[in-house]
Amino acid sequence: MALFSLARSHKAARVLPGFNITLGFTLTYLSLIVLIPLSALIFKTFTLTWDQFVEAVTGPRVMASYRLTFGASLIAALVNVVFGLLVAWVLVRYDFFGKKVVDALVDLPFALPTAVAGISLTALLAGNGWVGQYLEPMGIQLAFNPNGVVIALIFIGLPFVVRTVQPVLEDAEKELEEAATCLGATRWQTFTRVIFPSIAPALLTGFAMAFARAIGEYGSVIFIAGNMPMVSEITPLIIIGKLEQYDYAGATAVAVVMLVISFILLLVINALQAWQRRHTGAPA
Amino acid sequence: MKKFIHTTLAAALLAVSSLASAQTLLNASYDVAREFYKDYNQAFVAHYKKTTGKDIKIDQAHGGSSAQARAVNDGLDADVVSMNTTTDIEFLANNGVVAKDWAKKFPNNASPTTSTMLFLTRNGNPKGIKDWDDLTKPGVQVIIVNPKTGGNGRMAYLAAWAYARKKGQTDAQAAEFVSKIFKNVPVLAKGGRDATTIFLQRNIGDVLVTFESEVVSVDREFGEGKVDAVHPSVSIIAENPVAVVERTVAKKGTGELAKAYLNYLYSDEAQEIAAKHALRPRSPALLKKYAATFKPIQLVPVSEYFGSLSEAQKVHFNDGGQFDKIYTVK
Repeated sequence: MALFSLARSHKAARVLPGFNITLGFTLTYLSLIVLIPLSALIFKTFTLTWDQFVEAVTGPRVMASYRLTFGASLIAALVNVVFGLLVAWVLVRYDFFGKKVVDALVDLPFALPTAVAGISLTALLAGNGWVGQYLEPMGIQLAFNPNGVVIALIFIGLPFVVRTVQPVLEDAEKELEEAATCLGATRWQTFTRVIFPSIAPALLTGFAMAFARAIGEYGSVIFIAGNMPMVSEITPLIIIGKLEQYDYAGATAVAVVMLVISFILLLVINALQAWQRRHTGAPA
Repeated sequence: MKKFIHTTLAAALLAVSSLASAQTLLNASYDVAREFYKDYNQAFVAHYKKTTGKDIKIDQAHGGSSAQARAVNDGLDADVVSMNTTTDIEFLANNGVVAKDWAKKFPNNASPTTSTMLFLTRNGNPKGIKDWDDLTKPGVQVIIVNPKTGGNGRMAYLAAWAYARKKGQTDAQAAEFVSKIFKNVPVLAKGGRDATTIFLQRNIGDVLVTFESEVVSVDREFGEGKVDAVHPSVSIIAENPVAVVERTVAKKGTGELAKAYLNYLYSDEAQEIAAKHALRPRSPALLKKYAATFKPIQLVPVSEYFGSLSEAQKVHFNDGGQFDKIYTVK
């Protein structure tokens, strides 16, 4: 009996001492870094009446910008899920000359100032750029329209998917795949039934991070978007535009709408992840 | 973040200045005025030393004009502000950061220099662009700054509008005219420098509408002979207003120095420096001397058709205003 209780209390002990202290710290830290700035944002919108708020966040230009920002972010995140998985797979499963360099390259979009990314992408894809000059005669325009927005967002979102999937793939037991093959599974079956379920939560996390990052992105997009009202204005540009006319309240109102939509989307993705984990029993 | 950097910077500068005992002045100014104020500050420091025997130090902080105004409003301890649109200083006056009657504190509406909007075309002007009418022609691509995000674009819009009115058109016709120009805009630049980059590095567009003062920097950055400056028959007067930041000088006791600093902008020496940077001096003698740069075209003050820049902002550029209609009303 005594032994049992000892084992129990031992199990309850955590690596960091004092659950209360650490939780307290977590809450304080989150408040200081995240909640207080965000509440300042929301308080600023309280200077608006409800009608003014609605008017500020539903103007035709603003609505068009939501469609572009969320649509382009979604497309970019989906593209990143597919190709990010591919990159992660190659980096984990194969050894080749220069692998370390390729591995480091993946992180570059993290480190690069986003404005630099935007300027270089524009220089590349504009009608007189290295790539753009060959595409334009074919009628393909990748800069100064919504295509450019998607490309910039793919660029900045890639590392999120690769870096979340990579460690999970590294930990995945190769023996399982071998067993699947021995039991007569086709390659496709092995992928969809064995590999995919184990990396799906990581893939979803990567998707969510790439998506969230893309929604807030300003620096790289602004140079390549063309910024035409109703066509290629992203929501962060609308916010800057409102600040430019000293409409602080209107700017924060749009920001609050973005925040709420992003938060809901992230919640949904988290819930999806939890459901997926329960469904497959895969480790988190 | 930017504001934070500005404030820390200002705080650091303050700390340094109290150590060095020499009085320090911080001039919060707009982006493209950096080179002009660099030269002017040198001249003023020398002038101040000669007339008062005192050493002073002038620091500059540059950014987008209204971003700077917001930074000062939110606490950046600048002693003086020098902007490129009156609305930016109007905003500070409404919040009590600068004097309500700031425009009367110095001569010429407290604007020691002005600029105007003109066209840059490709070398040799292949599309034969002469005046605002040519910008509405089909097949002509026009690069303009988004009036929503840059003062440069607002002045371009107002200049086109003023041209239409000068030709005897009604406001409705002017709206139609300006709308036609914007229909020829393939890419709306975010700010003045962004527009120049799009036009010259991306090679997009046949004509760039920008400040006269930008022409000099284009020649400097991209080499002379790449573009032709075209002066339209009518353009607008864009004032570059200055003001003392009362909040800061009251705290730092730099009121006299700040006033002397801004007053000297009207001296012949400073006006000549401005002329060299393609900012139109107020002095008629200097305007004549530099007539090759400052071609005498018909210049319309904002007040003639728009009341004031603040009123123009409300009617034309705020959300739901005239500019929005170009894109939202089919």
